[in-house]
Amino acid sequence: MIIKKRPAWSLPHSQVTPESVFLNRRRFMTGALAATAALALPGYGAAGSLPVPGEMLKYKKMPDWSTDEGLTPYEDATSYNNFYEFGTDKGDPKRYASALKTAPWTVTVEGECSKGGEYALEDILKPHDYQERIYRLRCVEAWSMVVPWIGVPLADLLTQFEPTPRARYVYFETLFEPEQMRGQRSAFSTIDWPYREGLRMDEAMNELSFMAVGLYGKTLPNQNGGPMRLVVPWKYGFKSIKSIVKIRFQETRPKTTWELIAPSEYGFYANVNPEVDHPRWSQKRERRLPSGLFSVNWMDTQKFNGYGDQVAQLYRGMDLKRFF
Amino acid sequence: MASSESRALGFHLSIAVLACVPGLILVSDMLYSRLGPDPGEVVTKSLGMAAFQLLLATLCLTPLRKLTGWPGWLRVRRMLGLFSFCYAALHVLAFFQFIIGWQDLWSSFTRRPYIIFGLIAFVIMVPLAATSSKAMMRRLGKRWKVLHRGVYIVAVSAWVHFLWQARSDVGEMLAYGFLLLFLLVARVIWSSAFKRRFVSGVQ
Repeated sequence: MIIKKRPAWSLPHSQVTPESVFLNRRRFMTGALAATAALALPGYGAAGSLPVPGEMLKYKKMPDWSTDEGLTPYEDATSYNNFYEFGTDKGDPKRYASALKTAPWTVTVEGECSKGGEYALEDILKPHDYQERIYRLRCVEAWSMVVPWIGVPLADLLTQFEPTPRARYVYFETLFEPEQMRGQRSAFSTIDWPYREGLRMDEAMNELSFMAVGLYGKTLPNQNGGPMRLVVPWKYGFKSIKSIVKIRFQETRPKTTWELIAPSEYGFYANVNPEVDHPRWSQKRERRLPSGLFSVNWMDTQKFNGYGDQVAQLYRGMDLKRFF
Repeated sequence: MASSESRALGFHLSIAVLACVPGLILVSDMLYSRLGPDPGEVVTKSLGMAAFQLLLATLCLTPLRKLTGWPGWLRVRRMLGLFSFCYAALHVLAFFQFIIGWQDLWSSFTRRPYIIFGLIAFVIMVPLAATSSKAMMRRLGKRWKVLHRGVYIVAVSAWVHFLWQARSDVGEMLAYGFLLLFLLVARVIWSSAFKRRFVSGVQ
């Protein structure tokens, strides 16, 4: 098993959170919260620590893998998104995601790999150093954000399970826990829970594919898919499955949630593509958020969300209008 | 009877104020920047929903009059209908401005079914609003009534417009659907043709 290990000393000193900032915010912590933080303290700074929402993470900036476009403010990125497990309104995830228990968190790894099993999340994160990658996030609904994700390259995370040559696809599943996720309790939902997503193995192994455990330097808030979510920046946002509890390597192409609901609208690939129209939204342009009321922040949508140099070769020879 | 007249006026005014509430909420959210990072989308959706809800409220008035026997309900019908039309018109403008940015108008209206149903609803509303005055009522006579039955097509199209947009959870729109169904069925049952055929017609 080869896991790329970046030496800890390669981290520039400028990346370290100033001690005063760290101590200051700790002063606000009381009671049980302080106890939890104390438990997390030995892990502070060390990659692989148990993610506690809002906890500062140590990471290495990856300018080569980051856009220099202006970041969407933290407040907007964490209060306005789709996470139907908590409701269909964009404000629902933040409103209701506190019911989600992210620790302890178990990830089941199965299928065509030699190291399958049930893992505690911190154990599969431990061997890796965190990176920060600032990616564009393009929703199929024609809005977009720029988010600094913290996490590990998906390839590094998956390689440790030693997928066999028969693994041609990787399948992911979100937690199914109606008690914690009120959207899953709705009797009128057309989604057959749990939420499912998948990638072709070469897509998953592409250097851009990322498994995020944080954003803006902190661990993922529940509403953004805590404690661990996928980030595939050249595909529409719904491919980037949240709160993952299952990873399965398989030989056949998995059926994904949106494909199951409306195959004419959502394909397996779901690559960002202004040339392929969606029955609900024109994909030629996008509103970069935050957008104003009197000056809508329109932007032309780029093919592969602007990541064509890194990923276009994955689809050479494929008719992207057919395999949308 | 001054007291009953002033009571009617008071009722009229309070319904008018209520109908303004969705707009006032939007304006205050705008002023206090509470519309979130994608304000255009929120404004467009809220205006459309206000138009739909007021349309349903308008359709409730005739059944309310039948049930309560109070003729006052019908006096606010035109006003509520016009409020609904105003919200719908603003919704259409907001959609052009915020959602499609005045581009791809043709493909929006020909290739996106949910927009087609919204468009049908709005286009039918225009002549209804234009002929809502008393003068037009007199001028059109019997034809006015026939024309204004178009409101049922408006309501059903608007409902389909919403239902089609529900991407995964149809619960809310099913509830509105049942209300609409009730309002339409009530009219069929109360209609004189229905009564002739099924009630008094039975000997």
